[in-house]
Amino acid sequence: MSLIAAESLSAGYGAEPVLRDVSFTIAPGEIVTVVGPNGSGKTTLLRALIGALRPAAGRIRRKPGLRVGYVPQTLHIDPTLPMTVDRFLRLPGRSSRAACAAALESAGVPDLLQRQMAGLSGGQFQRVLLARALIETPDLLLLDEATQGLDQPGSAAFYTRIDQVRHDTGCAVLMISHELHVVMSASDRVICLNGHVCCQGTPAVVSAAPEYRALFGSGTGGALALYRHDHDHDHDDPATEAAE
Amino acid sequence: MLADFMTRAVLAGVGVALAAAPLGSFVVWRRMAYFGDATAHAAILGVALSLALQVSIFAGAMAVALVMALTVTVLSGRGYAMDTLLGVLAHSALAFGLVAVSFLSGIRIDLMAYLFGDILAVSRGDLAVIWGGAALVVGLIGWRWSALLTATLNAELAHASGIDPRREQLVLTLALAITVAVAIKVVGVLLIAAMLIIPAAAARPLARTPEQMALTAAVLGSGSAIAGLRAAYVFDTPAGPSIVCVAALVFLATSLLDGLRSGQSR
Repeated sequence: MSLIAAESLSAGYGAEPVLRDVSFTIAPGEIVTVVGPNGSGKTTLLRALIGALRPAAGRIRRKPGLRVGYVPQTLHIDPTLPMTVDRFLRLPGRSSRAACAAALESAGVPDLLQRQMAGLSGGQFQRVLLARALIETPDLLLLDEATQGLDQPGSAAFYTRIDQVRHDTGCAVLMISHELHVVMSASDRVICLNGHVCCQGTPAVVSAAPEYRALFGSGTGGALALYRHDHDHDHDDPATEAAE
Repeated sequence: MLADFMTRAVLAGVGVALAAAPLGSFVVWRRMAYFGDATAHAAILGVALSLALQVSIFAGAMAVALVMALTVTVLSGRGYAMDTLLGVLAHSALAFGLVAVSFLSGIRIDLMAYLFGDILAVSRGDLAVIWGGAALVVGLIGWRWSALLTATLNAELAHASGIDPRREQLVLTLALAITVAVAIKVVGVLLIAAMLIIPAAAARPLARTPEQMALTAAVLGSGSAIAGLRAAYVFDTPAGPSIVCVAALVFLATSLLDGLRSGQSR
């Protein structure tokens, strides 16, 4: 049974829907990436999936009891709001302090527990956001442009970590990204979105699809290869499994 | 020696400070300061209406404050230019309230008591209303605390955790209306927003977590109420404004402390 499914979903903000007739499903343990140009409805789709936006038509089916971990694109914490990493990890939840410490440990930032969120670097902040999303062992992890603000090695490390999380916990991952080449090769399946689903399939299938090339040009068709070339220099990166 | 009316005044001031602390923290975090102002100013219209209709001032002020707060909430959801809109609503509510009061020619009414509070005239019944209202506000915010905090941090994050940010906004709106209604007698409609914001802002440099900030604001607010009443007694100054003055001095002190600390660490 799928974890979450969009069925003929239409959604948007005004009279004109941003998304039209979008259907897809996500199976347990799958890593799926949504790619699409600006204004193609990627973020609208994610907002509809977490329930922040009511569908104009169609519907979203969730497996009963589905636990969702969400990593927002950006998180602005007002400077008037004091917030330690420890407190942030336990929001809104019931997570124990031991679970928080363990989550930071596995995120590779064990010493941050008592630090203020506002004082973290971009990379640390991103790791804490991911640690919080994982703390209640989600069935589905949703990532909205999660590597924004990270440099290239930083985002490569991030995707490596996502793949490892999937490997360790078996959770499915749905991510949105504009970093086509990196993301696509880390995915089992790619959904190319432009208001509607243009094409979907394995990274290799999508990057060869005419609809995809029409959107991103043939230049990015080679980006997948470019990434693989990059990858040749990295000898123990588990992301290769996902790139098959 | 504190006279009996002073004891009641202190209890009233502390009651309002305790309700204002957690609510005021959210007002500061969510940048709702002007929203608090608009709601409080609208309450004077509630006072006028309740005098005309001969219902309890607490009920009238709360009803109008609630209507105002809901109006602002609905309009803000529709993307109006908020600071202009709040400026219009806050001051026109106040003006309509003052005009409405002037129509009540048959009733002798001390307008100053509603604008600046009349804490020294607090009765036992008023105390019961103030502490009852304060308990309600603290209970409401305490009950929704984690959800409110998550919704304040980020609306999408809240949705993903199964929290509806609009519902939490409504909780705050309700708490605000209750607080305004109970605080009229203590500091008056013009200074309610000050009691919400100043202790919370003063607590910010001393706190590392949201909970610490709300608790510290409660301590600083209560302290300001006690010290302000004492000052009003000694210097024969108006009580409500004296409380706010003390709170402002506390804010100045903690801000300077914070400045010194960050200066040292630099």
